[in-house]
Amino acid sequence: MTLWSDETRERARDIISRYPEKRSAVMPLLYLAMAEQGHLTDEGMEEVGRWTGITPAQVRAVASFYTMYKRERTGEYLISCCTSISCMLLGSDEVLHAVEDESGVPHGETDEEGRLSVEHVECIGACGGAPAVQVNYELIEGVTPDKARELVRWLRSARPPVVNTDEMQQLFGGRRSFDWGIPESGGAVGPYPAFQPLGTVESEGEG
Amino acid sequence: MTTPLVLTRRMTDYPSSSHTIDVYEKSGGYEQARRAVGMTRDELVETVKESGLLGRGGAAFPAGLKWSFLAPPRPSYVVINADESEPGTFKDRQLLERDPHQMIEGIIITSIANEAHDAFIYVRGEYPKAARRVQAAVEEAYARGYLGKGIFDSEYDLELTIHLGGGAYICGEETALINSLEGKRGEPRLKPPYFPAAKGLYMMPTIVNNVETVSNLPHILSMGTDDYRALGHHGDTGTFMFSVSGHVKKPGNYELPRGITWRELIYDVAGGIRDDKELKAWIPGGASAPWFVPYHHIDHEITKDVCADAGSMLGSGAVIVMDEDTCTIRVAERLVRFFAHESCGQCTPCREGTTWMEMILRRIEEGQGRAVDLDLLLDVSDGISIGLAWPPKMTTICPLGPSAVSPIIALRDHFRDEVDAHIEAGGCPFEPRSAIRDPHSANQETADTGQRIPDDEGHLDA
Repeated sequence: MTLWSDETRERARDIISRYPEKRSAVMPLLYLAMAEQGHLTDEGMEEVGRWTGITPAQVRAVASFYTMYKRERTGEYLISCCTSISCMLLGSDEVLHAVEDESGVPHGETDEEGRLSVEHVECIGACGGAPAVQVNYELIEGVTPDKARELVRWLRSARPPVVNTDEMQQLFGGRRSFDWGIPESGGAVGPYPAFQPLGTVESEGEG
Repeated sequence: MTTPLVLTRRMTDYPSSSHTIDVYEKSGGYEQARRAVGMTRDELVETVKESGLLGRGGAAFPAGLKWSFLAPPRPSYVVINADESEPGTFKDRQLLERDPHQMIEGIIITSIANEAHDAFIYVRGEYPKAARRVQAAVEEAYARGYLGKGIFDSEYDLELTIHLGGGAYICGEETALINSLEGKRGEPRLKPPYFPAAKGLYMMPTIVNNVETVSNLPHILSMGTDDYRALGHHGDTGTFMFSVSGHVKKPGNYELPRGITWRELIYDVAGGIRDDKELKAWIPGGASAPWFVPYHHIDHEITKDVCADAGSMLGSGAVIVMDEDTCTIRVAERLVRFFAHESCGQCTPCREGTTWMEMILRRIEEGQGRAVDLDLLLDVSDGISIGLAWPPKMTTICPLGPSAVSPIIALRDHFRDEVDAHIEAGGCPFEPRSAIRDPHSANQETADTGQRIPDDEGHLDA
C-alpha cells in the first residue's frame, strides 16, 4: 500500500467519496495511477483494484478498453495528431508525417530517451481548426507540417515542465475552431489529462 | 442571419469573461434554476415537452418525452453527456469552455425535474481544458450555494461531479456511457430495457442528456415556450449549433435557426468553398450521416424532417464539406476506419464488417481494387444494416455499425464512377500518392498483423 504518495491517496479517497458506488472511481483512479508512475503498470492496476474492490483482471479489462490509459512506457510529451476526416481533408497526414520524420518516432512508439511519444488519433473535436495536434492532451489548432516540426524541436530543446495550450497555440498554431477568448493559466505535466481533482494541472512557471 | 443568438449570446457579449459566475449572474443567470426549485416535476416536464426541445446529441429524441419515462424507484440520477466525439463535431467543446454555468443551470433544472440529487457530467478525456473550466464553474456554484446541501436556500440537495472519459467514442451511446460511469468497459447495453429512464446507472432511473440540450433549458424557462418555439422552424424549435468544417472558407460553430437552406449555410454563413472551387458533397450531421450532393440537396431546407426524407439526418450538427478535388474513396476509407477503430467489439457484424470495409476501401484507394469490390462492400454493409435502409435496420446492439455504412451508401448512390475509375486506373486519379504513407497503409497492415486481403470472390487465400 506504499505505491502511492499520501497526496495521491488523499485524492483517491476524495474521488471515491463522490460516487454512490466505489467501482465508479475506477477510471479517475487509473489516471491517478498513471500520474504516479508515468504510465499504467501492473502494480498500478492492482492498486486501483484494491481501492475499488474489483480484481486486477477486471481493472485490466477496463483499462484496455480505453485508448488514453497507456499501459506501455510513454514519453514525457505525448504528441497526438488527429487524422480523422476533417483534419485529413486539410492535410493531417502530412502533419503526422512531419512529426514522425522530425522526431524519428513512428506513430504508436516512444523514443529511447523517454522524451517523446507519437500517436495518431481519431477526432479530437477541433475540426474547425483542422489539422489539430495535442501535446499531453493540450490542444493546438491549425498546425502546418513546418510548425509541427518546430513543435517537436521545441519540446526537445525547451523541455517545458508544463505544457500550456495558449503558449503552444501562439507558437505553433493557426486557425482555431472558435475564439478561445479566455486565457488559460494551467497546463499538463505528463501524458495524461490535466484536471484539478486528479492533481495533474499546474500553472506556468511552477513545477 | 437575423435570429438572436441564444446559447452563444453571452460569449459574444463578454468575450473574455463569459465563463465566470459573476458575468453569468449579471446577465440573468441562475434565476431560472432558483425558480425551478419551487416548481413540480410535472410542471417542468410539461414545459419542456411544450417547448418541443429535441435532444442535441445526435438522435434528436424529444427531451420532455425522455424525462416523462422516468420510472418510480429512487434514487434517480442525471448524467450529462459531454463525451462529444462524432467526427466533425466541436460545438459542445465551445459551450463547455465558454459558458459552463449555462450548462450547470440546465443540469440543476434537469435534476429538479427528475428528482435527482446526484448528477454527473461525463466529459471526454481529450477535453481537459473544458473539464477544467467546468470544474472551476462547479466550484463557484458550490461556493454560492447553488450546488450542494440545500440549494438556493431550499431543502433540495444536489451534488454534481465531473467524470473524465478515457478516449472511447462509443461512450457517447447512453447505455455505454452509463457502463463507463459504473467503472466498466464502455459497451452498449442490450435492449430492452430501452430507456435508461427506467433502468440506468446502477440499474436505477437515469436521465442522460447532451450538453447543448440542457444548455437550452434556462432559456426555455426565461423566454417561455411560445417564444422559444418561435425561434425554430417547421416543428424544429429553438436554435441549433452547426459545426462546419472541411473545405469552406470560414469553418466554425454557428448558432442558427433550422429552416435555412444548405446553400445559405455553406455559401453565406461559412463563406463558400475554399479557393472558390466547386462543391462536391457534404456530410450533413456528423460522420454517421449519409452524404448530400449539390445537384440534389443544396436548396433543401435544413430541418429534421426534410433531412430524414432525403435519407440522412442532422445528427450532431456537424457539417463536413468536400470540394471538387476530394477523393471520395479516401474520405469513405477514413470514415470507415474511424468506426472500425471505435467498434466496441460486442457484435460480430460491426466488429468484423467495419474492419473488412476498411481493408477493401484502402485497397481500392491504393490501386489494388477489384471489379467486385463495390458489390463486396455493399454485401458486407448489408450484413450490418439490412437493406441499407434509412433509418437503418440494425443487426447490432447500437447504431455504431450501421453508421459505418453511410459512406458506402454515398459511394453507391453518387460516386460509383469514382470507384470504377480507381479500379480501372489501378490507383487514385485525384492526387498522385506521395511518398507520405497513410498511417494505416494496407501493406503495413498486412506485414504487421498477417491480415490477408480477400480475392475476387471475397475468399481469403489459403
